[in-house]
Amino acid sequence: MRVGVVTFPGSLDDRDAQRAIRIAGATPVPLWHADTDLKKVDAVVLPGGFSYGDYLRCGAIARFAPIMESIITRANDGMPLLGICNGFQILCESHLLPGALVRNHELHFRCRDQRISIKNNETSWTRGYALNQEIVVPLKNGEGSFQCDDTVLEMLENENRIVARYVGRNPNGSRNKIAGITNERGNIVGLMPHPEHAVEDLTGPGTDGLPFFTSLLMQVVNA
Amino acid sequence: MVVDVSLKAEILDPQGQAIAAALPRLGFAGITSVRQGKSFEIDFEGPATPERLAEIEKAASLLLANPVIENFTVRVVE
Repeated sequence: MRVGVVTFPGSLDDRDAQRAIRIAGATPVPLWHADTDLKKVDAVVLPGGFSYGDYLRCGAIARFAPIMESIITRANDGMPLLGICNGFQILCESHLLPGALVRNHELHFRCRDQRISIKNNETSWTRGYALNQEIVVPLKNGEGSFQCDDTVLEMLENENRIVARYVGRNPNGSRNKIAGITNERGNIVGLMPHPEHAVEDLTGPGTDGLPFFTSLLMQVVNA
Repeated sequence: MVVDVSLKAEILDPQGQAIAAALPRLGFAGITSVRQGKSFEIDFEGPATPERLAEIEKAASLLLANPVIENFTVRVVE
């Protein structure tokens, strides 16, 4: 299975995402923001970082990168697409996911190992988890507070589209402690914490993040 | 033209809150709330026609503001 990882100017976690994909048993394929060719990938990860310097709003300019047009078309056709941190912000700016990510409620940049609970294990990226499974993965963001209006929040809750919630103290003021959400179909997931930094005992808080990447392979086997 | 962008009323504005908390410390009494926004000064060739205004409004809703969390207004400044 070929999984693309887009590098924008200012991406930081593209290498780690590629490594997580490789450890999961798939083939990482580097994609460049200025290209339009998706190189026959089966899925795409939008990594964390500060694309285009986070100028204007986080993800606002990356959303119009040439590669995004191809990605949006394929994702609307069902291709699995995971946006982590800055990638989540890009998905919201692209309107592939509802809501927006704004400055953390106490204005602190949060960087710590964060416990989250998986609330939907039926998406392309979370099949490998048990429902309500608690995992610990790094969280590092300054603008990770998920905000939306009451109507959207009610829709996300009623349609089981909240993929993960923070456990314990809300680190950034996200509504209903939302750490990640999915689209109606379950192929597009946006997540603020970083599973790609928790795929090896040596370099992270554990391996709790790995199932995000192995879930993709389960889908292929089951198909 | 100037495009003013402000957060919608229901969206949390932690930066505005921090400013509102700092002002009384500097002796500015009676301030109950601050909301922080941004403005874009846009220069262009030719007169400010209704077509030009419509174009800037389109640019504002596409890129300058995120309609999910922000409102914007466009005004002509000589």
